[in-house]
Amino acid sequence: MSIEVRIPTILRPYTKDQKTIEASGDTLAAVITDIDSQYAGLAERLLENGALRRFINVYINDEDVRFLGGLETQIKDGDSITILPAVAGG
Amino acid sequence: MTLEISRTFVDAILEQSRAEYPDECCGVILGPLGADKALRHKPMVNAAHSPTFYEFDPKDLLSLYREVDDADEEIVVIYHSHTETEAYPSRTDIAYASEPGAHYVLVSTRKEIAPATEFRSYRIIDGIVTEEPVTILD
Repeated sequence: MSIEVRIPTILRPYTKDQKTIEASGDTLAAVITDIDSQYAGLAERLLENGALRRFINVYINDEDVRFLGGLETQIKDGDSITILPAVAGG
Repeated sequence: MTLEISRTFVDAILEQSRAEYPDECCGVILGPLGADKALRHKPMVNAAHSPTFYEFDPKDLLSLYREVDDADEEIVVIYHSHTETEAYPSRTDIAYASEPGAHYVLVSTRKEIAPATEFRSYRIIDGIVTEEPVTILD
């Protein structure tokens, strides 16, 4: 099972500067656990108290996971996951 | 570092900030990857529709990054307006800044300085704000 995860610039120090990494897992939560086991520290940047951080957007293919099943969203072989920090401020 | 930006873009950003007042306006200027040249202005929708907050719509954000990747471009400038305060990054601006390579431009159209405006540029890296000179190209 192979899933491509696109990493934003700000998190590339965790992935040895790789823009995309390979992962496995049948839910988004499992994929995050898997990428954190490969690149320690990534989960902490994505999650807070067990939920996705408010200002981190995660998309499966073209869909924002907030409109899918959040961390419980099912992932299929060949899916592409994109992580993008919100562009936001006050 | 200096931000070099054409007067056309400066005028367009100030015009957008007036048009969207009292809400903050936002957008980006794109350029060829690695060149640090602000060449293509793209106003964005402030999904927060707020006078004190801005956020690119998450769907627009994905399209923007896809477009930038496909065209071998980079986000050179990320800008937004402050409508009642000075053109300096707020605590939330600093907390959410996530493009260490971008020039973060703040404009202010606050009443106290009208008709003058402020147009200032910063690097925001790991929570550290560094103001940089702006050169406006005619």
